[in-house]
Amino acid sequence: MISFDRVSFRYAEAWILRDLDIVVADGELLVVVGPTGSGKSTLLKMVNGLVPHFSGGDLAGEVTVAGRSVVGSSPVDLADLIGYVGQDPRSSFVAETVEEEIAYGMENLGVAPAVMRRRVEDALDLMSLHEVRTRSVRTLSGGQQQRVAIAAVLASAPSILILDEPTSALDPGAAEEVLSSLTRLVHDVGLTVVIAEHRLERVLPFADRVLLLDGEGGATVGEPGRIMASSPLAPPLIDLGRLAEWDPLPVTVRQARRSAGALSALLADERPAPAPLQDGRNVASVTNLTVAYDGLRALDRVSLSFAAGTVTAIMGRNGSGKSTLLGAMAGLLAPTAGAAEVSGQAPRSMDAKDRICLVGLVPQDPGALLYAQEVGDECRVADLEHHLDPGTTAGVLGNLGGEIDPHRHPKDLSEGQRLTLALGVVLAPRPLVVLLDEPTRGLDYGAKRLLCHQIRTLCDQGAAVVVASHDVEMVAMVSDRVVVLAGGEVIADGETRDVVCHTPAFAPQVAKVLSPQTWLTVDEVAAALGAIEP
Amino acid sequence: MTLDTRPHAVAWWLWSTGLAVAALRTSNPLFLLLLGAIIGLVAVGRLRGAEARRTMRGFLLLAAIVVGLRLALQVLVGQRLPGHVIVGFPSISLPTWAQGVSLGGPVTIESLLVALVAGLRLAVVLVAFGAANALSSARELLRSLPPVAHEAAVAVTVALSFVPELFGSVARIREARLLRGRPSSGFAAIRGITVPVLEDALERSVHLAASMGSRGFGRRSPTPPVSRVVITVSSALLGAILLLLGGYGSLAGSSPLLVPLGSAVLGVLLLGASTLMSGRRSVRTRYRPAPFGQRSLACAVSGWVPLLIIAVFGAVDPAAISWGPSPLAWPTLPPVLLVMTLVAMVPLLVAPTPPGVGRRSRVLEATT
Repeated sequence: MISFDRVSFRYAEAWILRDLDIVVADGELLVVVGPTGSGKSTLLKMVNGLVPHFSGGDLAGEVTVAGRSVVGSSPVDLADLIGYVGQDPRSSFVAETVEEEIAYGMENLGVAPAVMRRRVEDALDLMSLHEVRTRSVRTLSGGQQQRVAIAAVLASAPSILILDEPTSALDPGAAEEVLSSLTRLVHDVGLTVVIAEHRLERVLPFADRVLLLDGEGGATVGEPGRIMASSPLAPPLIDLGRLAEWDPLPVTVRQARRSAGALSALLADERPAPAPLQDGRNVASVTNLTVAYDGLRALDRVSLSFAAGTVTAIMGRNGSGKSTLLGAMAGLLAPTAGAAEVSGQAPRSMDAKDRICLVGLVPQDPGALLYAQEVGDECRVADLEHHLDPGTTAGVLGNLGGEIDPHRHPKDLSEGQRLTLALGVVLAPRPLVVLLDEPTRGLDYGAKRLLCHQIRTLCDQGAAVVVASHDVEMVAMVSDRVVVLAGGEVIADGETRDVVCHTPAFAPQVAKVLSPQTWLTVDEVAAALGAIEP
Repeated sequence: MTLDTRPHAVAWWLWSTGLAVAALRTSNPLFLLLLGAIIGLVAVGRLRGAEARRTMRGFLLLAAIVVGLRLALQVLVGQRLPGHVIVGFPSISLPTWAQGVSLGGPVTIESLLVALVAGLRLAVVLVAFGAANALSSARELLRSLPPVAHEAAVAVTVALSFVPELFGSVARIREARLLRGRPSSGFAAIRGITVPVLEDALERSVHLAASMGSRGFGRRSPTPPVSRVVITVSSALLGAILLLLGGYGSLAGSSPLLVPLGSAVLGVLLLGASTLMSGRRSVRTRYRPAPFGQRSLACAVSGWVPLLIIAVFGAVDPAAISWGPSPLAWPTLPPVLLVMTLVAMVPLLVAPTPPGVGRRSRVLEATT
């Protein structure tokens, strides 16, 4: 269906992809894996010709799709064959309402109105969007927008579907649902799907094959188990399998549970190390906080307090009020009723300059915080603005790790580096409370591990950290306490282990494999095994 | 008829345009009030949803402001008409280059009435435009443009959504500035916000272009023979010219009405024919196309009846159509004219009422 014949590509001097020979079969679900900046998006865009037709750059070799040359035809010509959903679905919307957006591609292709009507309904059902069918696409939540974007390309009935990080904005339940729907299409109508994704724990169970980009232009393709055995990027399940030396390496929780008997028995008498005693004083709290807009209660009488030295994760499905809670605590949103307090003061009533010394928020798109043309300038400006000693921000950034070239433009950094830079800028005035909104979006496993390390360090220095996230593996690794929101209300609040192990939606892979034992991470298991063996 | 229950967007616009043109051609305040009342009644009776009502309220407010403003301007700087003086303000003499404008001076009933009629006329036009907007959005109208104008229509649709996106972008960047502890208002902030907002907009348009491309925007079937293209384009041009001339003639008010009206109708017919011919070239189809059926036709035609009446009465009984303040007398409206104008309320008959509350069957719902 798709074939890459000795394909190389570069924008400037360095080749991003080199000598790729890939053949994707009809009806295959291929997952593209690679560290950030390894050319995953570029590879995906090559399939429908957005690279090189819209991007420029040098393409050598031949990409063919269903016998048509991609270089010889434009994305417009290939639109009947290929559906492409980019990383940011919001910027791809053309029409006003959900229905019109879904119909747009079909209108361009000249699908008969009667057929179109039926396919719109099918697409609405497939992505569970019928309740919002007449809403404006711009007023939907991130997860809904993602599903509209997928429904919009599916409705055109393409033979090939290209998805760039389709689950990064989705909560675990919605991600599962979308991927299962796609798998059903792969099985039922022989759709060929190519997905690039960082959260391998979500997509690996659905993959027929995995394409691993090594970050230096090369690529390997193969069965998920075989590729994962030697992949530098691996979800916790694979790490666990490697640790336990399971062979063949399981890629789904179900397979792993079958191999896990011996490990479970070995760990039966061990208990995870108890979380260190939390006795930090409360530095932030919300009392009966209600935030309403557009006639909806995003938060409904929520009362929580946050202690110094603790990492609290806020979880919940898309639109449950996580970002609203962070926004109210950072003083961006005014409470409709109730109050938010940071060390005894209402952040909303404070001057912006004073506020950031108490509470810092890194938004979902950390790039929004960055203005300067160079990383070094960004740090110097931050020092000047907050009247810090010259070099403070650069120092904070250095301590965060991840070595960033001070002469690069913030827009040219990788996602992980950009997040680190934004974090450095926010942390420079040493806020007591640090809020992170969905920080692992677009991060590979290396960057995620670094982020977890950064959060723990912050915590040890006495900050209260609050993370809103869909990423159950990150939450399992870093948080002490989990608060679950639903419909703007707190429905669970407790120690991470207690909360996440009891709901399949929020349980990390290790907990699922070893349940009813309550291990959360591979590191915990490794530590326990280490304690047994010597 | 099942699909054609609600008049087409184009029908609503034609209806309100007809009424607006009629308003521009008359100076009889009673007739203007009648037109305004007809538009108002139809709009109130057939509006759907809170947003449509908000739109209509906005335009009504605007119309009221226009009338008030017109009167205020008349008192301050309007032309002085001789007649019954109400208040005498001291007159300020202006240099010769400002002739025609007078500051102060006596305010007469006559001048106020002239201003009131002029303001009323503008108000009716505004209300007609507001009703068209509220009864069918501009977006709906764009969607029903012929295929030949499709590219332009998409451009306008994208531009329409660009403005709210821009506001969203400004809000986002202002919030980001607050998170950095920077001022979110004032001169420095404007500079600091403008550049990232423009960057945002640029980035978004690049993404949008890629998305539209990969979803097949602008696909065409093979080019038709040259002769067809020539006929299509020339008839479109001729139609547009006739429509423009006709439109100008019927608004300008100096020529007899029937000639420009005929020219406009011919222009519309030519444009329609050219559209039909060009439509065959595009491969595009339309999702849930709104049919332009009998109800729509009735709605569209009824809006032009008042103008026809004006054309006829203008020739037979000019006093019924135009009214002047001197000599000072009550305006009159012949009952025949009143009854005939009520034809413009046909939409109330052909357009369905918004869904209301009905009784549900208890037996059928017992299981759920």
